[in-house]
Amino acid sequence: MLQFLIRRLLLSVPVLLLVTVLVFMLIHVVPGDPGRAILGPEATPEAVAAFNRAHGLDRPLHVQYLSWLAGVLRGDLGRSLVDGTPVSTLIAQRLPATVELAVGAMLVAGLIALPAGILAAVRRGTAVDHASTVLALAGLSVPQFWLGILLILFFAVRLRWLPASGYVPLTVDPVQNLKTMLLPILVTGLRESAVLMRMMRSSLLEVLRLDYVRTARAKGLGGWGVIVRHAARTALVPVLTVSGLQLAGLLGGLVITEQIFVIPGFGRLIVDSILNRDLITLKGAVLVAATMVVAVNFLVDVLYAWLDPRIKVTGGARA
Amino acid sequence: MSVMPNPEPVAAPGGRPAPGPEPRPGRRAAWRRFLRHRLAAAGAAVVALLVLVAIFAPVLAPYDPLAQDYSAVLQPPSAAHPLGTDELGRDVLSRLIYGARLSILAGLISVGIALAIGLPLGLVSGYVGGFWDEVVIMRLTDALMAFPSLILALAIAAVLGPNFTNAMVAIGISLSPTFIRLVRGQVLAVREHEYVEAGRAVGAGHLWQIARHILPNISSPILVQVTLSLASAVISEASLSYLGLGTQPPHPSWGTSLRAAQGYLTVAPWLAYWPGAAIFVTVLAFNLLGDGLRDLLDPRLKT
Repeated sequence: MLQFLIRRLLLSVPVLLLVTVLVFMLIHVVPGDPGRAILGPEATPEAVAAFNRAHGLDRPLHVQYLSWLAGVLRGDLGRSLVDGTPVSTLIAQRLPATVELAVGAMLVAGLIALPAGILAAVRRGTAVDHASTVLALAGLSVPQFWLGILLILFFAVRLRWLPASGYVPLTVDPVQNLKTMLLPILVTGLRESAVLMRMMRSSLLEVLRLDYVRTARAKGLGGWGVIVRHAARTALVPVLTVSGLQLAGLLGGLVITEQIFVIPGFGRLIVDSILNRDLITLKGAVLVAATMVVAVNFLVDVLYAWLDPRIKVTGGARA
Repeated sequence: MSVMPNPEPVAAPGGRPAPGPEPRPGRRAAWRRFLRHRLAAAGAAVVALLVLVAIFAPVLAPYDPLAQDYSAVLQPPSAAHPLGTDELGRDVLSRLIYGARLSILAGLISVGIALAIGLPLGLVSGYVGGFWDEVVIMRLTDALMAFPSLILALAIAAVLGPNFTNAMVAIGISLSPTFIRLVRGQVLAVREHEYVEAGRAVGAGHLWQIARHILPNISSPILVQVTLSLASAVISEASLSYLGLGTQPPHPSWGTSLRAAQGYLTVAPWLAYWPGAAIFVTVLAFNLLGDGLRDLLDPRLKT
């Protein structure tokens, strides 16, 4: 296990390095020069040159990259071009709302997906199964911003049960926080449940074919007893993996939900930094989003190996 | 396991299990397959309809989608404007019809870009192997896949500048890792087949091998992925436009229309219904078609 941990950790290093190169290239190897892109077309050439000099943007690219990387390794992501706040501080301020949203959404997704997936697998080929497949595809296809707007129209505008926006931190007022977060959590959770439900279904179907399930049945255990006590537990292993990956994707990618419900989270930080042409913040935030995915992937692989000792790391392991 | 977090609507990771012996073969299995055919057929029909609407938009649309009419602003649905008018007095139905053009085009172009990147890289990776495969292409793919795909598209679109063309490039790049991995995996599987070895034995050149033996045998899963990626691309274009980083006003992109509609929810809720419904139906149609094609064409993909 220790050997696995070390090998797996070593595999993440080159990927993370490549991620930093990609993020850097994305921002710096754009057509035109970065000062112009940030200051906009109105700025004078002198202003652009001065800006580039002040931010070290006139140095050779590899020098810029290495100094940025050295900063990143120390936890220094630079300072926002808008107000000079350290980017790491901005990210730390924005993450709690996103974490709450992501965790809440995954709870909702699990609550819907696990029973629905089990039911679809057990009743394979019946109307229940087909209905759940179509519903899952529909859940994958519905644009979140539209679902969000419809829910706002219904619950906030028509019924006036819930506010349409107006985020309050959990630590300030838990009740009001829950009221504002309920719709965003639902919108995100419904979508993620579609993916998770299909995973649960296919995983359980695979397990139900295994010998030990047949043995348990032969020993006289009734239908649901076998499923709940034996099969569903084994089937949960890959489902856990997927939900871990979903969580990672959500932490970095809740842009849309946060935009609809005006939640000051990590995704909005990315959108705001784009709209403000704050490329330093954008660079830092995108790097953090990708690093979270790599980190959660690592944790999920470790958890997977721990839950299922048959898994051994092989050459082309995931990053 | 090659499941990566992906907030975009590609088909569910994992999908269904390999087709083992059906518990009860016969009528029920046949019925199930027929139903799945029907879902795929329904998807195909809707896609065909959308393509027709996109092509014949000038004939079908009752008004110019950009024509403003300040005497008829934010009007509810009526005989003159079946779906009402927007905040600039433009006909919602006409904008919806022209929006199909943008959406279908967005899907085709960005998936085309993804394929143009993914197919050659995946072929090289799988066919040549070695250094280029393991050290260069696959590690690059891993790194690209570490980015939540919408974030990657957002960042690229932001850097290139927000407009329709750049959004296509951004979405195309963000979709490409899936194609690289898929093509590589398929090539690896096909490479060891006897007909490929036979070709090798008689001295067939590499390009000949790829064109004659490999490509035709990996085309089904690629076709399936293309269809599912079209769904992703349509929703990504709408998302970028909704965020203001894709198609710019006044072009009638469904995402742009929804973005505008959000400002008039209390006075003109109908503005929000139709563009979203159009995106939903389009994406669902591509997903149904892709899912059905996967069942019909390529049982191996189900694992």
